Amino acid sequence: MKVKVLSRNPDDYVRETKLDIQRVPRNYDPSLHPFEVPREYTRALNATKLERVFAKPFLASLDGHRDGVNCMAKHPKSLSTMLSGSCDGELKVWNLTKRECVRTLQAHEGFVRGMVVSFCGTSFFTVGDDKTIKQWKMETPGYGEEEEPLNTILGKSVFTSIDHHQKEGVFVTCGQQVDIWDEQRSNPIRSFSWGVDSFNCVRFNPVETELLASCASDRSIVLYDMREATPLKKVIMNMRSNTLCWNPMEAYNFTCSNEDYNLYTFDMRYLDKPVTVHMDHVSAVLDVDYSPTGKEFVSASFDKTIRIFPKDSGHSREVYHTKRMQHVISIKWSSDNKYILSASDEMNIRLWKANAAEKLGLLAPREKSAVNYSQKLKEKFQHHPQIRRISRHRHLPKSIYSQSKELRVMKEARRRKERNVRKHSKPGSMPVVTEKEKHVVTVVK
Amino acid sequence: MAKSKATRKSGETMKMTSSRETVVQGMDDEELQRALADDIISASEDEGGSDDERKHCKLLEAISSLGGKKRKKLTERSEASIQVSEFTVNAEGEGDKINLSDLIGTLDKTPSALIKTKKQLKNLQHNQSTLETPLTRKETEKIQREVAFEKTSKEVSRWQSVVLQNQKAEQLVFPLNQEPSGPKRIEQVVAGWKAQTPLEQEIFSLLRMNKQPLHDPVLTPTEEASLRAMSLEEAKIRRAELQKTRVLQSYYEAKAKRERKIKSKKYHRVQKKVMRKEYLKQFDEMVKTDPAAALEELKKMELSRMKERMSLKHQNSGKWAKSKAIMAKYDDGARKAMQIQLEVNKDLTQKLVIPADEDEEDEEESAETLPDFVNDVEPILDQVNPWMRGKLSTEPMMQEESNRLDPPVWPREVGKPGEGWDDQEEDEEQMEETEEESLLRGFEERRKLRQTEDVEVAPMSMEENDDEKKAEILDISDDDEEAVEISDDEEAVEISDDEEAGLSNFTSLFHGLVKNHMEPPADQPKASPGAGQEESPALLEEGLVRVRTLEDVELLSQDISASDTALLTTQTPGTEETDTQSATQQADKKRKRKKMIDPNEVLTKEAKVIEMPLAPTAIEDVEDKEEQRIIIKEAFAGDDVISDFLKDKRKQEEAGRPKVIDLTLPGWGEWGGLGLQPSRSKRKRFRVKVAPPPPRQDQKLPNIIIAEKRDSSIAAHQVCQLPFPFENPTQFERTIRSPVGHTWNTQNTVQKITAPKVVTQLGAIIEPIAREDLIKNNRQAVTRPSINLESDQGPQKKRCSQQKKKHKRKRN
Repeated sequence: MKVKVLSRNPDDYVRETKLDIQRVPRNYDPSLHPFEVPREYTRALNATKLERVFAKPFLASLDGHRDGVNCMAKHPKSLSTMLSGSCDGELKVWNLTKRECVRTLQAHEGFVRGMVVSFCGTSFFTVGDDKTIKQWKMETPGYGEEEEPLNTILGKSVFTSIDHHQKEGVFVTCGQQVDIWDEQRSNPIRSFSWGVDSFNCVRFNPVETELLASCASDRSIVLYDMREATPLKKVIMNMRSNTLCWNPMEAYNFTCSNEDYNLYTFDMRYLDKPVTVHMDHVSAVLDVDYSPTGKEFVSASFDKTIRIFPKDSGHSREVYHTKRMQHVISIKWSSDNKYILSASDEMNIRLWKANAAEKLGLLAPREKSAVNYSQKLKEKFQHHPQIRRISRHRHLPKSIYSQSKELRVMKEARRRKERNVRKHSKPGSMPVVTEKEKHVVTVVK
Repeated sequence: MAKSKATRKSGETMKMTSSRETVVQGMDDEELQRALADDIISASEDEGGSDDERKHCKLLEAISSLGGKKRKKLTERSEASIQVSEFTVNAEGEGDKINLSDLIGTLDKTPSALIKTKKQLKNLQHNQSTLETPLTRKETEKIQREVAFEKTSKEVSRWQSVVLQNQKAEQLVFPLNQEPSGPKRIEQVVAGWKAQTPLEQEIFSLLRMNKQPLHDPVLTPTEEASLRAMSLEEAKIRRAELQKTRVLQSYYEAKAKRERKIKSKKYHRVQKKVMRKEYLKQFDEMVKTDPAAALEELKKMELSRMKERMSLKHQNSGKWAKSKAIMAKYDDGARKAMQIQLEVNKDLTQKLVIPADEDEEDEEESAETLPDFVNDVEPILDQVNPWMRGKLSTEPMMQEESNRLDPPVWPREVGKPGEGWDDQEEDEEQMEETEEESLLRGFEERRKLRQTEDVEVAPMSMEENDDEKKAEILDISDDDEEAVEISDDEEAVEISDDEEAGLSNFTSLFHGLVKNHMEPPADQPKASPGAGQEESPALLEEGLVRVRTLEDVELLSQDISASDTALLTTQTPGTEETDTQSATQQADKKRKRKKMIDPNEVLTKEAKVIEMPLAPTAIEDVEDKEEQRIIIKEAFAGDDVISDFLKDKRKQEEAGRPKVIDLTLPGWGEWGGLGLQPSRSKRKRFRVKVAPPPPRQDQKLPNIIIAEKRDSSIAAHQVCQLPFPFENPTQFERTIRSPVGHTWNTQNTVQKITAPKVVTQLGAIIEPIAREDLIKNNRQAVTRPSINLESDQGPQKKRCSQQKKKHKRKRN
């Protein structure tokens, strides 16, 4: 007699160690897995909601300054080191991993206007209200040694900003004119001026390292080439640009933060019209910094918020604010693309996550794949109204909320008026001016 | 301290220099002035040279005073100009005014060298116009700026491709240029490492002796250079290329081997033909693109032809051929083999004819679909037929010659229109050529024809007489191979016909028969073999007539017999005045003889026939409107919009009406099974009637359909607008419909689909993109096409292999 018994090979279903994942045999026959779209939609919705639940961007506050923090500098070689200078001339070096100050020195009398670490990371330069450029050693002086600058250059006027060349021992300052200095010399190797206005920001192009751009207080942005004797071009805008930042992955694009609440991304070859106008702030934008991937940038504003913009989008994807954070003066995106540092009026430096809901630290492979999957789902269903609504929802302080609403109303009213005027005037006499064209006054050759 | 002082001082000097330029002067300026004065003083003190001189003078004085005689020497200010003056002017006449002429006076003494300058001066004096004022500083600066900007923007634009590439990239991995993983040299890890132990020192001394690198670069300079020359990625690309070529090579080798083994002669013949065609095409292209190379090729061909003509190879005169000739009577294979030999000979001795224009190429292509024998058989029979012209096997020159020489044989050939006309013109031109030339050509032609005749004679001699052959041919079955053979024979016969002006009746009859035997399926399904004798010339004529102009037809119609004309009229409607004929009839006939019709001709004729019956004009208004309405009515006669709409509405209403839900189940309280219905009471009991829905909104609106399907609870989750990058809803729906999760996809697919767009390494500093990346990118862009080129070599290789094969066959 034959006895039939159900028998299975344990190799097919038993895992080798208990740390292994249970093996789940799968049949991918689509008829066995119906309702793909609704199921994925639900997953996407859940993922979006969870993202909002886990969106806790604020990491730490670094306190210690005794006055508003005016400027910050990243270390080019060390992720954990960061420098900040305050309005009372004090300079602090921070260790970000420990979240503590490792060194304090009185760099200037009056404001520390600008700060930059040289490309090799061994020294840093500061400029202050006392008309000096000072070079400091990066290393902390030993016990008993005095904090003294390596070099001091006395300037004729106040320097307002400083930046360092990407690969050479050359730095640039601006004040009444844009000066290019060699680290080894006490005289500028080149000076640029165009008109008699003071400059408030100058930046080296990190890609095409000989190019520079500066913002002047006559509402203009001026481009320079270090190798040329004259500036290259100047664009004058409606209002003054406070700072600018070059895209580290695209040699010809830069973004400037403007007094008129907007940021403008320019292609340096076509200055007559910005590539993108980034709107959302409700007050003057004071600083801007690109993410090292060149995909996004972060802006600091007088309206006490930080906003993150995708580089080609007109509106921000994220807004950060806390109750105690006052006017944000300086902002930096860490060079591992993970963190954002903001320095504000109320003497604090804050550390934020660049992606609010991101889990920090090492991820297990399954975690990583789950994150990727949910990201993909969110992207796939991003146009669905519920998902869009949830993912875009942000809480704003009442003042900012009401102000943005007010601004919207004002803008709408202006547009309506313009439309009406156009309607009642001779056809063709009122040309349609696009948003991009509105803000540029002229390009000076 | 000293250093700081120095810096301060330098700072001050810097200020000094700048103070000249700027107007603004502050409190410090006085200090500055003082510092300046100090500087000047120190500078005067520092003049060491003058000091020395003074000392020297003192020393001299002292020496002179030693002599006892004290002499007071007057110190005297001396001026160099007293002793020597370049311009013969000295300080003596200080009061005098110096004129230009005084200065120029010296010029007279030094004549030759200064003539040039004199001339220039004179020119200057003559030239009255003033120089243009130089541009203002502002303007020059503007120009400079513009130039500089142009330069810079051009330089920056090099990044465009990289930027675009990064934008389009599926995934970007940062940092961009990561160091390759793997073991590193000790010098890279430990800085300032030195050989310390004696063993190490010994090793290093050895290395030094052998000129090996000791310190930082462990690799020799050449190795370094080679490393630099090819990065890892490049090497990978290169390796992939090589792999690909290797695979391709082996593939083609295998293919060639396989093809070599194929025994089918037909296959090889077809293959050869294809190859030849391809070669011809290539040659054609070469003629267009690179005439010099084409000429070279032509010469090569000519040379091979000459060689073939010189040799007795393929002439069926060798031992093997003779043996075959004996066997040929009984053995089909032997005959075939000989035939092949002759074919080869023919091929090689033929002059290459390049198809004159596109039409002919097209014809060739069309001929491609036909079986072989169609192409092979009748190069000359078909010379009238444009579809069959332009083949390799025919030689137009020869044909023309023959045409010219033998007008009685081809009487209708004269009236060949179209290209034929051109040919004729050419002929006429040729007529004007000297007799010598024609004679020479005649000789050559003779020679050629003799060869073919020889070829022909060999098999012919085997047969007792032509009757036998005819019988044999008529007996032949429909086998393709046989047909080919026949065609070959026939061709040969025709060539001989060409040569001999007096074409025997018998052969013509034979032609007719053979042709009828061959052609019926292809050209003339209706033609009976009996009528073939008469019709075969008629058919040829049709070919001529078809492309003839109307006048020609008229002319010809006088000559041609009544029966012939009747034939023509029925079979060539294209040449007749077709306006009276109905289009349908035309179409019918066209279908009948599709192959024979010149598309151009037909098209023009059709254009004539078709007329717009009703062309509404704007001037007549009322009647016109009416007419138009009628037209529209006629145009849309088929579709009844209103009833369609009503139907639609009814359908919608039907769909909206609630359905009776039948919940009856078989069994359950009664017998169930095949063919058994649940009882009526049960059915009644389990039939659920749904309450009627609220009345439709469009119930009382006869010409409106209001869709009431939209569900607000679902609508909240639905996309109401087509999102930006998508162009149509289906596209969007497709993206939504394809699932990404692991429930529906395999592990690998999920990983691939859900790969994030930007990947960063934890704790790695992302440097800005560097110029090296640009260069690397550019180089990649350059290398990529080369890979394509590699893969494009496929057909060429194929050709090579085929050629190889051909050679092999020849050797056999």
